[in-house]
Amino acid sequence: MKTFRIGGVHPSENKLSAGKKIEPMALPKQAVFPLSQHIGAPAVPCVAKGDMVKVGTKIADAGGFVSAAIFSSVSGKVAKIDSVIDASGYRKPAIFIDVVGDEWEESIDRSEELVTKCDLKPEEIVAKIKDAGVVGMGGACFPTHVKLTPPPGSKAECVIINAVECEPYLTADHSLMLEKPEQILMGVSLLMKAVNVTVGYIAIENNKPDAIALMTEKAKNFPGIQVVPLKVKYPQGGEKQLIDAVISRQVPAPPAIPIAVGAVVQNVGTAYAVYEAVIKNKPLFERIVTVTGKSLANPSNFLTRMGTPMSQLIEAAGGMPEDTGKIIGGGPMMGKALLNAEVPICKGSSGVLLMSEKESLRGEEQNCTRCAKCVAACPMGLEPYLLAKLGEYADWERAEKEDIMTCIECGCCTFTCPSNRPLLDWVRLCKNTVGGIIRERNAKK
Amino acid sequence: MNTILVAVIALGVTALVLAGVLFVVSKQFAVEEDPRVGQVAEVLPQANCGGCGYPGCAGFADACVKAGSLDGLLCPVGGQAVMTKVADILGLSADAAEPKVAVVRCNGTCEHRPRTAVYDGAVSCKIAHATGCGETGCAFGCLGCGDCVAACKFDAIRMNPTTGLPEVDAEKCTACGACVKACPRMIIELRNKGKNGRRMVVLCVNKDKGAITRKACEVGCIGCGKCQKVCPFDAITIANNLAYIDYEKCKLCRKCEDECPQHSIVAVNFPPRKPKPAATEAPKTAPAAEAKSAAKAPETTETPSTQTAPSTPNTQKS
Repeated sequence: MKTFRIGGVHPSENKLSAGKKIEPMALPKQAVFPLSQHIGAPAVPCVAKGDMVKVGTKIADAGGFVSAAIFSSVSGKVAKIDSVIDASGYRKPAIFIDVVGDEWEESIDRSEELVTKCDLKPEEIVAKIKDAGVVGMGGACFPTHVKLTPPPGSKAECVIINAVECEPYLTADHSLMLEKPEQILMGVSLLMKAVNVTVGYIAIENNKPDAIALMTEKAKNFPGIQVVPLKVKYPQGGEKQLIDAVISRQVPAPPAIPIAVGAVVQNVGTAYAVYEAVIKNKPLFERIVTVTGKSLANPSNFLTRMGTPMSQLIEAAGGMPEDTGKIIGGGPMMGKALLNAEVPICKGSSGVLLMSEKESLRGEEQNCTRCAKCVAACPMGLEPYLLAKLGEYADWERAEKEDIMTCIECGCCTFTCPSNRPLLDWVRLCKNTVGGIIRERNAKK
Repeated sequence: MNTILVAVIALGVTALVLAGVLFVVSKQFAVEEDPRVGQVAEVLPQANCGGCGYPGCAGFADACVKAGSLDGLLCPVGGQAVMTKVADILGLSADAAEPKVAVVRCNGTCEHRPRTAVYDGAVSCKIAHATGCGETGCAFGCLGCGDCVAACKFDAIRMNPTTGLPEVDAEKCTACGACVKACPRMIIELRNKGKNGRRMVVLCVNKDKGAITRKACEVGCIGCGKCQKVCPFDAITIANNLAYIDYEKCKLCRKCEDECPQHSIVAVNFPPRKPKPAATEAPKTAPAAEAKSAAKAPETTETPSTQTAPSTPNTQKS
């Protein structure tokens, strides 16, 4: 069975909510929409205080090419445009909407009927995706239409759908595949059409045999789409790791992007969002969110409207356990600890993980013993112990030479370190600083 | 015997020849250097801190000699005394530069700023800053990991474990600016030392709206503008919900200190105020009891600037 070549770790899976049905989440009293939910320029509000909006009304325009529009997930009245603490840990501008009823825009097709025909041209598909504010649903939130617009001189050869869900605990993609396989496959066909290719792979880790079986069965009706089971290993969901695992090609070091080896990688949630956007005219305003944790009474997968506070999801899953030490937005490996439970669900919120105090404790930091476990675990073939030290000593030039920019911040190094050193913290600081220096240098040229 | 003689003669001759070569080369290829550069470098403190903006003391000496005038050139470590010596060597005049000191513009002690989260990442302000707004609700205040302490080459800044804030030792501080650069939140500012080390400072850099600031910190500036109105010298400006006192214009009248409802404006190193007849004035003057003033005060005026009524609990010196 296939997997990527170098590095990787095997954290315990803890897929507590696997196999649970997707439950619709109740509407919140007030929905909050941060304006920067995606990579790129923040969206620009196009509603004002007091405006009435419906479900699916555009409330903020894209702030540039690499940006995405934001749509209301509720109907009601715009209460204010203020700021809210989002997953970044800082106060960011956001639109607050008081919920009144549940009235949808007429243009949205709310029927469950499966449509497998689409006569749109590739450009029209990309335009529709752009107009629906679709971004990568895996967590990075890169605007999808940008990925579907290959830079001049590059040509896509295949679409790879990331359904590996390599993060422990999370089951949002898994449950989506079990419940909406045909819609996902249609979404994949649309993505293939958008970039003009005839080959599509759906990569699924083999800890989800039911999803592999179901998708393989249904894929027979969709020409060109092939399900690729992969060996379980973290971080297989990383774009570069996935390309390596599925088509055995290696993406060169940055600034090269996956299209350089002919691959367009999209998350399975994105494929579903694309289906809804293109066929059903439904902009991106709801997503599946896994709410999980070992002490949680009822780990679940919720179909949640954006802007719902995480506290409401936690309440619906059985309430906040008393021993909660950390609330993590996303999975345990790449997710971020949140400052409070009122952080709204955004386009990239794949999960809410409640870690007990004991689990979340970092071990006491000890000296590096040069055991090189981090080097063995690094999926990019870097030397994390060295990069962390370079970050500590602020040796940015050397760090650049050591290829710090290829780091994907997967956290394998910190996970594997027997001395409990906060390697990724330093590596990330180093990468951000070096990235800034490189940008400055390029701007001067 | 013979072998030793041969060896001595051979080595002696070689040494003479090479010495001759070295002599010729040193004369022939000598680099002309202004002798004054060496003289200037000698009087400099040789701390090589870079506070002057040049790469080390040699670089600064070179710049002084080449510049022709000493305008804008200052060795922050040596201060006026060294600059006068430099001026003497070069036959120039050194303008009297106001000595400066690093000021930590945050008074968010553990008491003033309730902790709402726990940061357990690597001990570095830069990393903590990138992770989120920190352990308190204030996204602008001190993170307390001590990047400034590590950056100081003069041991002039230390963390106070009680307050969780860095404290500057004004005697040791040379205003080289290393801590200013190290702080990711730009809390530290170089300000004029002032007469007898006295100065009025807004100990807050929070740019959030008043309500948010007040929730996060008891002594955060809410940008209400009262100080601006009361200032007779136009020294106070309000921008982004934050007051700033221009130390060039401030005449240390202390009116703003009394006016500030949040007690964000603090008078440093002032002698204790004379007890005022009106007892109602007392609580207002209390906030100057600033923990930092003790460490900063070089003179004997270390006492908190008020002795009037007992401080209110929230402004109690920790």
